[in-house]
Amino acid sequence: MATARNPARPLAPHLQIWKWGPHMLVSILHRATGSGMATVGTILLVWWLAAAASGRDAYASFLSWFTGDWAALGYILGIGLSWAFFQHLGNGVRHLFMDLGANFELKRNRASSIAAIVFGVVATAAFWAYIMWGR
Amino acid sequence: MGWGTPIGRVRGLGSAKEGAHHWWQQRLTAGANIVLMLWFILSIARMPSYAHGDVIRWLASPWAAVPMVLLIVSVFYHFRLGLQVVIEDYQTGERRVAAMIALNLFTVATAALAIFSILRIALTGSPR
Repeated sequence: MATARNPARPLAPHLQIWKWGPHMLVSILHRATGSGMATVGTILLVWWLAAAASGRDAYASFLSWFTGDWAALGYILGIGLSWAFFQHLGNGVRHLFMDLGANFELKRNRASSIAAIVFGVVATAAFWAYIMWGR
Repeated sequence: MGWGTPIGRVRGLGSAKEGAHHWWQQRLTAGANIVLMLWFILSIARMPSYAHGDVIRWLASPWAAVPMVLLIVSVFYHFRLGLQVVIEDYQTGERRVAAMIALNLFTVATAALAIFSILRIALTGSPR
């Protein structure tokens, strides 16, 4: 199978060839945020759950990686993963509409791409504002 | 619009015998994830603190433990399907097979660890 591949064949146009637009940004962000959550997010979620189930000491050592001297790491991962979730959610809903055959007109497609980016940033800011000052 | 016999076209399966299964499962889990992940994000935001006692008290309730197990199943299935597409796009031959096996092991192992941890908290209350 792999030996039958001819390396001289032309490549399909990719990230460095197409002219960038918002629709392209949300497309690659969808893959990047999904892959990031599936790896980093999964490991953190499972570590958190397993540490909580293992008892007080294991949970304290989990928390020590993201608080105190390591608080910066906690904020980077927390804000990064929450933004990845909201970005993936916003563009995911956009994709569900496109699966129905809607939203392929150039102007609307562009507008919904920008809306997905704005939603990702605004929802992340609202989430952290609530955690810091809202409760 | 298709090859093969009329009955084969009606069934819409083709020689792969699978049709749109992967695509459809990805959409179904996407819909479930919207509900489950918004519940989870709100629960995280409304938790009084992230101290051990507060987390255990939250997860010991059936109203948190059951949706959390459902979330693990739906979200992990969704990311397994998604990462499969990423692997298929960038890897070929033996490397693709090895990456797919690694992905399946990663998904099953992390899901088992997560579900066992949730059930332990839910069924035993606060472990010391």
